[in-house]
Amino acid sequence: MSAPASDPHGHGHGHDDHGHGHHEPTFIEKFVFPTDHKYIGMQYMFTGMAMALFGGFFVYAFRMQLAFPGINVPLYGHVSPLEYNALVTNHGTIMIFWVAMPVLIAAFGNFLIPLMIGADDMVFPRLNRLSYQIFLVSCLVLITSWFVPGGGFGGAWTAYPPLSSNSEYSLTPLGSTLWVVAVALEFAAFLLGGINFITTAMNSRAPGMRAMDVPMIVWMICIASILFMVSVGPLIAGAIMLIFDQQLNTGFFDPRQGGDPVLWQHLFWFFGHPEVYVVLLPATGFVAEVITVFSRKKLFGYQTILYTTIGTGVLSFFVWAHHQFISGIDPRMANVFTVTTVLISIPIAEMMFLYIATLYGGSIRYTTPMLWALGFIATFLIGGVTGIFLGASGADIYFHDTYFVLAHFHYTFFPIAFIGTFTGLTFWFPKMFGRMLNETLGKIHFWGTFISFNCIFMPLFVLGAAGQHRRIYNYNHFPELATPDMQSLRVMATVSLLVLISFQVVFLFNFFYSMFRGPIAPRNPWKSGTLEWTTPTVCPGHGNWPPDQMPTVYRGPYEYSVPGRELDYWPQNEPN
Amino acid sequence: MGFRPIATTRSATGVPTGKLAVWWLLASEVVIFGGVLMSYLMHRINHVDWTYEAAHTDVRIGTFNTLVLLTSSLTAVIAHHYAEKGDGVKASNYLLLTIGGAVTFASIKFGIEWPTEIAHGFTITSSPFWSFYYVAAGVHAAHVIVGAIIMGFVAYDARQGRDLHRVENVGLYWHFVDLVWIFLFPLLYIAK
Amino acid sequence: MITIDWLIPQGSTYAADIDQVIGVIGLIVGFWWLVTQGMFTYLLWEYREKAGVKAAYYTGHEHDLHKWVAYPHYLIILCDVVVIYFAVSVWYNVKQVIPENEDQEIVRVVAQQWAWSFQHPGADGELGTDDDIFTVDELHVQSNRTMIFNLESRDVMHSFSVPVWRIKQDVIPGRIITGWVTPTLEGEFDLQCAEMCGVGHGIMGAKVFVESPEQHANWIAANSGPVASR
Repeated sequence: MSAPASDPHGHGHGHDDHGHGHHEPTFIEKFVFPTDHKYIGMQYMFTGMAMALFGGFFVYAFRMQLAFPGINVPLYGHVSPLEYNALVTNHGTIMIFWVAMPVLIAAFGNFLIPLMIGADDMVFPRLNRLSYQIFLVSCLVLITSWFVPGGGFGGAWTAYPPLSSNSEYSLTPLGSTLWVVAVALEFAAFLLGGINFITTAMNSRAPGMRAMDVPMIVWMICIASILFMVSVGPLIAGAIMLIFDQQLNTGFFDPRQGGDPVLWQHLFWFFGHPEVYVVLLPATGFVAEVITVFSRKKLFGYQTILYTTIGTGVLSFFVWAHHQFISGIDPRMANVFTVTTVLISIPIAEMMFLYIATLYGGSIRYTTPMLWALGFIATFLIGGVTGIFLGASGADIYFHDTYFVLAHFHYTFFPIAFIGTFTGLTFWFPKMFGRMLNETLGKIHFWGTFISFNCIFMPLFVLGAAGQHRRIYNYNHFPELATPDMQSLRVMATVSLLVLISFQVVFLFNFFYSMFRGPIAPRNPWKSGTLEWTTPTVCPGHGNWPPDQMPTVYRGPYEYSVPGRELDYWPQNEPN
Repeated sequence: MGFRPIATTRSATGVPTGKLAVWWLLASEVVIFGGVLMSYLMHRINHVDWTYEAAHTDVRIGTFNTLVLLTSSLTAVIAHHYAEKGDGVKASNYLLLTIGGAVTFASIKFGIEWPTEIAHGFTITSSPFWSFYYVAAGVHAAHVIVGAIIMGFVAYDARQGRDLHRVENVGLYWHFVDLVWIFLFPLLYIAK
Repeated sequence: MITIDWLIPQGSTYAADIDQVIGVIGLIVGFWWLVTQGMFTYLLWEYREKAGVKAAYYTGHEHDLHKWVAYPHYLIILCDVVVIYFAVSVWYNVKQVIPENEDQEIVRVVAQQWAWSFQHPGADGELGTDDDIFTVDELHVQSNRTMIFNLESRDVMHSFSVPVWRIKQDVIPGRIITGWVTPTLEGEFDLQCAEMCGVGHGIMGAKVFVESPEQHANWIAANSGPVASR
């Protein structure tokens, strides 16, 4: 299999047709400094996945310490209390800012948006390239923070001052600042990137593509970018103030100098809460794309889903202090936030119901992407309902800072980041690499991951309900928590983590092997109706379509099983 | 690479792509400055003693700088007017005047105002009021400088008759920077 | 009732109330999870691909279909109101009002990196006098008597958490934050720090001794004055 017959990467095709008068890009221009949205998307994808290796390695190390306190962790060594805090802090920070956001929004957003709306690229290709470059610098700054004297920042991803603002408390003078700088750079990268996603999605749609004809994933990424851009500002202000406190001895958050530590909390969580919806929305977008294709059904209530998503986004700005119920805010304010927080369950529940309703009357095929999408719904359902315990202020008095919180947010974040990524990767792999992944390996990977994930986090609900607090490196220190039963739950979680990690090897093998040696993909392997599958070659060339063949749209993205038609799908760009 | 994607020529919302992008950028900037200002306001309300510190900001310099910025916004508007008429050279000239306003603003702030205040002992660490003062005014000044640099590139292109639509877009950004100052000025200089 | 007291005993008067909120929520979300997961599973089975059977074509806006989503939706709103009612009632009692009984003990709690210090009233029953009892990492209280605690921090944020009492309150430097508890269960219990406070956060536990009136009186008599430590 040397020269595939259908040239999946489309290199030989019509550069002269473009009439742009530019030369064939060199290797450096194409892979190191690309402006093509597909390549930039790939850069974000691989960088995000590399950062996930760090985040995964860190959790491996600290979970080994928790299950077997004092152990010399293979490939790591002993975990000291200072290192434990740094591992926990950086695991969380990496997974949210350097894995979930770049992969779900920047990688898939970049790759998919122009293709799905029938455009040849993002509207600002060079700004796009700059966003990635800033993002890459942020990765390097974060990695550097772990190797400076004093070690990496260990004040938890929430970085509450005065611990985070004062190195006499944190003991990590350089690590703390580098950590904040890395986060700030990541924010800058996504602000710039967001401009591209929003403007391109809103403006550059193919002729004939009305608002309700846009695939749901495009709107989800667009709304997520808007949410991000409108919520991150206060935290950028806070980050500047924190850096000044750390390095210049200002006292924005230091009570000894007239500052207020709770101010940071408000600035952080005003962003922090919308941020979880920023990452949730793209994941639900992937689910929408996949369940429609593999149940051969139109999305149930497209408009309703869109409005509930916008409603959730707006409401997400009014719930932030549920992270601060017992932190010293005025207790009367807690009542306001418990009302808004419990109510936000309504639009999210509606979205879940609408996705499930899409299955009704369908003809469901259990391919690997479909399994992932369904797995998302099942896991997020548990994550969502357990959130009610935490949003209800009276119950949160007990649950705050326990492993119950941790299990809740992993039952939401894991579907978002992990399951969402695999849903997208297994579904769009043919588009990205022109070849097909192996279905059997894919299914093994899915079941191994899905089952072991539940075995990690179910025990953590129990531990949390029994009063186990977070961020403590050895629970044997507390008699109520040092019982053999509780320790065996910790061991179960750690062993399940090792199983989870092992199954990812299956995926990595499948991924890299299929990239080079998988069967060549047909042009539209899943018989989907959306535009990304209509490019002349399955793996689109530069410009995606020849300029004289840019698609025009005649209908919505999910016209499956239309009565009276022979084929069970009706592509958006076919006139009739 | 100088080519523009076909995507940039479309406008499903009716708003040109560049202008739409600037509006979204401004939306995020509103929240950044909003965060700084809300934090300042919450502190100020709870700390009446800040008035003693605030008494030492120089209203005359603040007023002069406000006039400088307002005038520069005027020249930006005039530049847009000429850009609309297709006169790139005149548009570029008025943009250069705007940049001149920015340079004046920054020179007065960094050359006269801040050195004077620092020499009198009002540094970023001398009190919470001054911490906020330097951060808020500093972040604003950074936006003025970056804006001036970008405006320089736009002015250069406009003089060659290229990309005249960017004159309006950079003008929008400039008005925003001006608007932020209109909020900062009373909070930092007048409220005593 | 699904409560958590099989995992951790109820050691204070409001522990049962907090457990009740948890139980109510548990029932409601448990119900919704079962219904949703059940419907989900049913649909996955019933509508799996079958030879010769084509899928249906629905927009989701058809009234007789949409009501299957709309009606549960209204029911959820109702459930939310119930949850809010229970949560706010408990919150009000625990966090917004301090009971005023005549028989109360006020204790000053100081958190620091990485220990808890307590100032108990001595034999004279008043806090702030010469016979006060200072302890490190040991809190002594009397059962069935309300204790008011005033929390302070010497350095960073900490959090005062006693799981058997179900209480938790962050401690913020620069402020004094007040809370209360009426312990009921006698014994020796864990106090954990519930806010990341640096390298020693994991060893910042303390012991709470809930004593009968006689035991507590004896302890006060024996310790009034000098510093006690473990």
